[in-house]
Amino acid sequence: MNEVVLDARDISRSFMISQGFMRAKRPLHAVNGVNLKLHRGEVLALVGESGCGKTTLAKMLLGLLPPSAGTLELDGQPLASLSHLEVARIVQPIFQDPYSSLNPRKSIGSIITLPLQVQGDKDPASWRQRAEEIMELVGLPRRVYNNFPSQLSGGQRQRVAIARALINRPRVVICDEPTSALDVSVQSQILNLLQDLRQELGLTYLMISHNLAVVEHMATRIAVMYLGRIVEEGEAESVYNSPRHPYTEALLGSVLTPDPSLGVPDTHLGAAYPNPLDMPSGCSFHPRCTKMLPQCAQQAPSPIPTESGHVECSLYEENKGKMRITS
Amino acid sequence: MSNKILEVQDLTIDIPTPSGTLHAVQSVSIHVDRGETLCIVGESGCGKSLTSLAIMDLLPRKAVRKATRLELAGESVFDIGERRMSDIRGDRMSMIFQEPMTSLNPAYTIGDQLTEALRRHKKVSRREARDRAVFLLEKVGITAAASRLGQYPHQLSGGLRQRVMIAMALMCGPDLIIADEPTTALDVTIQAQILHLLAELQREFNMGLILITHDLGVVARIADRVAVMYAGQIVETGTAKQIFKNPAHPYTRGLLACIPIPGQTARGAHLGAIPGIVPSLVGRMPGCHFASRCSEVRDNCTTAPIPQFEGAEPGRSVRCLLADEATGREPAREGAA
Amino acid sequence: MTDVIKTPVGGQGGSILSSGLDGVLEPSPGSLLRKRIFGHAGLMIGGGVLLIIFLMAILAPVISPGDPYDQDLSRKLIPPVWHESEKATWEHPLGTDLLGRDYMSRLFYGARISLLIGFAAMLISGVIGTTLGVLAGYFGGKVDMVVNFIITTRLSMPVVLVALAIVSLVGSSLTVVIWVLGLLIWDRFAVVMRSATQQVRGLDFVAAAQSLGCSTRRIILSEIMPNIANQLIVIATIEMAHAILLEAALSFLGLGVQPPDPGWGLMIAEAKGMIFFDAWLITIPGVALFALVLSINLVGDGMRDVTAPENRN
Repeated sequence: MNEVVLDARDISRSFMISQGFMRAKRPLHAVNGVNLKLHRGEVLALVGESGCGKTTLAKMLLGLLPPSAGTLELDGQPLASLSHLEVARIVQPIFQDPYSSLNPRKSIGSIITLPLQVQGDKDPASWRQRAEEIMELVGLPRRVYNNFPSQLSGGQRQRVAIARALINRPRVVICDEPTSALDVSVQSQILNLLQDLRQELGLTYLMISHNLAVVEHMATRIAVMYLGRIVEEGEAESVYNSPRHPYTEALLGSVLTPDPSLGVPDTHLGAAYPNPLDMPSGCSFHPRCTKMLPQCAQQAPSPIPTESGHVECSLYEENKGKMRITS
Repeated sequence: MSNKILEVQDLTIDIPTPSGTLHAVQSVSIHVDRGETLCIVGESGCGKSLTSLAIMDLLPRKAVRKATRLELAGESVFDIGERRMSDIRGDRMSMIFQEPMTSLNPAYTIGDQLTEALRRHKKVSRREARDRAVFLLEKVGITAAASRLGQYPHQLSGGLRQRVMIAMALMCGPDLIIADEPTTALDVTIQAQILHLLAELQREFNMGLILITHDLGVVARIADRVAVMYAGQIVETGTAKQIFKNPAHPYTRGLLACIPIPGQTARGAHLGAIPGIVPSLVGRMPGCHFASRCSEVRDNCTTAPIPQFEGAEPGRSVRCLLADEATGREPAREGAA
Repeated sequence: MTDVIKTPVGGQGGSILSSGLDGVLEPSPGSLLRKRIFGHAGLMIGGGVLLIIFLMAILAPVISPGDPYDQDLSRKLIPPVWHESEKATWEHPLGTDLLGRDYMSRLFYGARISLLIGFAAMLISGVIGTTLGVLAGYFGGKVDMVVNFIITTRLSMPVVLVALAIVSLVGSSLTVVIWVLGLLIWDRFAVVMRSATQQVRGLDFVAAAQSLGCSTRRIILSEIMPNIANQLIVIATIEMAHAILLEAALSFLGLGVQPPDPGWGLMIAEAKGMIFFDAWLITIPGVALFALVLSINLVGDGMRDVTAPENRN
């Protein structure tokens, strides 16, 4: 259970952003010193608002984007030493929008067997059978094998995408908002399927989502990302029940549970998301923070261990994880 | 004088397609009172957005709209001609769309776009229009409002743009605002802020608000009354409390079982699901539209059209034979909500 | 009340899905496409005319009433059969030209030249333009900058003048005309393929293929190309018509097809002195050229309509 399948150590990625004609480019630190360990069999949810760097992080973990600093290990081997095909056998993605993640010109069968083709599978005669096995596992009727994506519903397309990701039995699946493009009733079917598959195939999920109700339902661990850094990380239970970082609190506070006796919460987050090109000094969350301390504007907090993870917030600096002021 | 801002009766939208007529919306009846929030909730393709466009008379040209009544504050606004309709649009009822980037014109400043609607409908000076714009931008929580007037939409973030859209909808002091998925494109924290703002403004200006969404969490938190739509029909209406505490239609119950609720649904447990898919609305369908996916379906569900049954409490109605048996009431007028 | 619905349906809901699937299974993209092709009037008319011209070219040796090169000055300038003149004869249905050659035969053989030049020049320019455009669109960055510079350079050259200059320098022949045109008109291919590739490249299935470990070559050839093929076909038809018109213009100026070969542009050029006396000499190849270019454009327009993304309309 405690085997680490994916280990990111202090990885960063910046992009050079053009400021316009004849002006110097500036670096955008999309991911800024992230540490992440994914243990076998767990579901780690990565939550944060758009622009916080979660998609860039996912791309690095998939080996599509080299980190500009830090090291990444898959299954105990440095990612940089693995070939694309080796990485593809270990980690696979599931994308948000099943309308854009399937090539509209290819049949379902050739989409699902593409991984076998690419890996140079020795036995093409068995492809059809293996595809049908995985189709059955994800709940797709066999006869759609020769159909095209435009003939399937959104939920079925997402099942095709899942089948493609799983046919080579990867160990880690990175789900990037796997249900947010789907209708509510289809969303629950896909979430159930992902749960079943995890148990059946012993998968490890990294789930990227902004839907905290879904995250709460699926995740065993939660990492909260803000402006390129993981500001809080821990067991799902403890993050949900006692969030430490004010940002986590605000995020959880804005979850709208279907309870008509409650009104719309006021997050007190005030100003909009900062421009990542123009990061605030000190703690990057301080301009929106309701519990800001005088030193927050100058001094960036360092990670403080908690019972199940860590938090990056100056409130907890002195007595190691306990809140300094209770207000 | 009734308190009803909007009354729609038997709204029907047919769209001709190569394979037959698509009955996108079928005899939908809704009403909104002053100061009330009506949420229309449903999944994609259920006709909720078309309903809102039909009220604004903004349907695509080939769609055919029929209604026995479409009244804004007691006055008919059905087929009154594009000229008079465009006087009403943006003045007495305005609309907020999902994607704030595409609904603002990138070539004009925020100030131009805000004042344009006001100067189009009301006789006001440039200065007065500008003052009103600044006042409303401050109302929707935009700091340094006066300096924002000269900015272009691309200089604002998504949340700010949606705030500008709300300010724009409020410029003429409308009786009714229709918001079509106003927060779907936004982040969760911004979503909460925008909804908070909408609810506050609606109370302050005593407007009617129709909010169209697929998100049951949003509905529960903001709605006074709810209309659940499925496959072109309203299947259930009631107050938010009635709908969420005591859902009567199998579809509503199915939807509620589908969403994980922190603290209530066991972590990792199977969620409820509604099997099957939405039926095609091309051609006529006898009986209940939900029958093919309903776990409680009976023989007589698929033979004759299901009327909207009035519930025990006022304002409550369900389009389901089971509910009829439960209450033992006579069917209400077809589709009264 | 709610327990009935809450019954978990489970992930492996194959049976449930299939029951729902039966009713609304859309026809396959292929059959939809066939249906749209046969329902498109412009495409059918254009395709019909193009097919006739194509058959004329292929069957020229069989269906020609005479030899297109056979001169007989004693039988020159016989008008076509619909002409009132008593000289008109069914031996030469479209009459004869200044040198007494059978005009119908020359028209049939001329179709070969027009189609050959149009097709070959389109092929050359297509290969160049598509390669540049797809590479620029896929890789972006520096590659894109270089390709853009090449496109801009090419666009700043006047096609007809450059073609004239080269042809008069190296001398004219069918091969030279084909290569000169092919090397000059690839710009539209490059521009359109570049933006089409950029669009497709951003879609998730390309990222999915990348994370499956697909090679760049495979991604371009089997993921991107099939999705930009429809636009490629449309551009190809436009450029084919373009090349045919350019060839006619060059021939008219005396730098395209050389006598005695029967190019349509050349036929117009040879007859230009007779425009006030025997107008049919110009009208016949003129109408043929017009019909060819129009039909190709109709086919191109039609292809654009029928291959438009599945969900449009």
